[in-house]
Amino acid sequence: MSRNISNVLILAALALAGCSRAPENGRPSTAAKPSVELLNVSYDPTRELYQEFNGEFARYWKAKAGQDVTIKQSHGGSGAQARSVIDGLEADVVTLALAYDIDAIAQAGLTGADWQKRLPQNSSPYTSTIVFLVRQGNPKGIKDWDDLVRPGIGIVPANPKTSGGARWTYLAAYGQALLKNKGDHAKARDYIASFYKNAPVLDSGARGATTTFVQRGIGDVLVGWENEAYLAQDEAKGQFDIVVPSSSILAEPPVAVVDKVAARKGTQPIAEAYVQYLYSPEGQEIAAKHHYRPRDAAVAAKHESNFAKVTLFTIDEVFGGWQTAQKTHFADKGTFDQIYRPGGR
Amino acid sequence: MRNRRRAVLPGFRVTMGFTVFYLCLIVLGPLLTLPARAASLGWSGFWEVISDPRVVASYRLTLGASLAAACVNAVFGFLVAWVLVRYEFPGRRIIDALIDLPFALPTAVAGITLTALYAPNGWLGRPLAARGITVAFTPLGISIALVFIGLPFVVRTLQPVIEDLDTEVEEAAASLGAGRLQVLVRVILPYLYPAWLTGFALAFARAVGEYGSVVFISGNMPMRTEITPLLIVTKLEQYDYPGATAVALVLLIISFVLLFAINALQGWSARRLA
Repeated sequence: MSRNISNVLILAALALAGCSRAPENGRPSTAAKPSVELLNVSYDPTRELYQEFNGEFARYWKAKAGQDVTIKQSHGGSGAQARSVIDGLEADVVTLALAYDIDAIAQAGLTGADWQKRLPQNSSPYTSTIVFLVRQGNPKGIKDWDDLVRPGIGIVPANPKTSGGARWTYLAAYGQALLKNKGDHAKARDYIASFYKNAPVLDSGARGATTTFVQRGIGDVLVGWENEAYLAQDEAKGQFDIVVPSSSILAEPPVAVVDKVAARKGTQPIAEAYVQYLYSPEGQEIAAKHHYRPRDAAVAAKHESNFAKVTLFTIDEVFGGWQTAQKTHFADKGTFDQIYRPGGR
Repeated sequence: MRNRRRAVLPGFRVTMGFTVFYLCLIVLGPLLTLPARAASLGWSGFWEVISDPRVVASYRLTLGASLAAACVNAVFGFLVAWVLVRYEFPGRRIIDALIDLPFALPTAVAGITLTALYAPNGWLGRPLAARGITVAFTPLGISIALVFIGLPFVVRTLQPVIEDLDTEVEEAAASLGAGRLQVLVRVILPYLYPAWLTGFALAFARAVGEYGSVVFISGNMPMRTEITPLLIVTKLEQYDYPGATAVALVLLIISFVLLFAINALQGWSARRLA
């Protein structure tokens, strides 16, 4: 019996050893400058985007500065990633789902409190929004936010307590209800309560919600990131339709250089160049290709047909910024928790 | 001379010293940081966090589902262990090796696989749903995930004890006129009790802390299918370290008390047997 256990352990150890690659040896670079390595800590759905962008940036940097650069990527839930950075993960650059998570990194003293002012447009080189993904042919006739709270409709948002993307979803739903009812918070709260009443499952992450809707066949509407909806549609041709509501939130996933880490590693200039390059036409083009809305007017015009027109409101306009939104809506005993209080509907 | 009489092997002091040091480093250290971090809440803040209705609902679910899963594992794990030890059949070694899989498999993989299987459109979920039984995203689904990860604990603790069980004792009991049920209840079970309880306790303890395999199948609905470890992660997501450690501390204390009680019970039944 114990031999079996040890066999399994040995197999597992071998499997692990096979998976983890030894770190790349510092190849002597052909250029005069030694090669550098950057770590970009990001959230889940950006995997494909940064895979392509990193290659493009390495080429650009080689041509500009004559230096080889390798960029390592780390992906996970936005909040968990921010915690890893705070706890000592040596990220030169963070590209997360929401400003609140980079604020936490700034509060830990790893970067300046003014980080969001350093780059154009709230330090968000690309944006996204919240849209609906419905089953082919839209059998339940979902057109706008009001259809999501009809009895008998099953919606799949992720859990705003654990997922950054799901927080954007919540804010989109609440914000449009607030704007529609001319700033009446009681009505917006009623809307959001019936919204989550129609959710049979709250996955812990945005990707998990997509899986629940696409693979498990749960619910009628996936409410989430526009880029995830396009990705799901690309993966399963013809099984899903995207429905764009009349209004939604302008989701701004921000980027920042982690000053303390970059300064210690001596990577500050290249880290700055990396985040700035996201704003270049090349960077914007890659973002658009991966279904993120580009900020650059020329690139946006070129891809206009790929992004539906929708009235977008910002978190600053409607909620007074992330810190306030977090405190009012997502903190323990906040509006979201009150929905689930017994008798709190 | 005196030393030699005390222990056959030399080096008691070194090994004991190392054991204490090692346990402090690996077990006690991390555990002590829990109360230290939770202490920043103060007593009333601590109480407020741990007595929140949503948190209390999650204790009930986590402990209830874990207990149910451990009971199921105790019964069927016993059967599996018995069959594997007592009978020779083709494929026995393969099945024996399969038992360890829940140990080796990453829990997230187990969770995703079970969800795919039991979702309303899954292989098992579809026929069950046709009979009005939903498994995925209900407490039942949570228990099933916990049964999966807990099975090896019961089987692996019982196997060696059943191997040691001499069939002659059963035969002797039978020849003295004991019926089959009597042999089982009066001869076999008392002998297996301590190991059985250990297996049960291990399966239970593992289930209480389980996160990876459960979050996928649980659906995470507040008040209904939210397990305590998920609430801990939720609090971490808000950078609420003291709140997260407070809830973790409660879970730790409940687990410790239960494990201690089971250990005491086991010691008592072992003494009675002797």
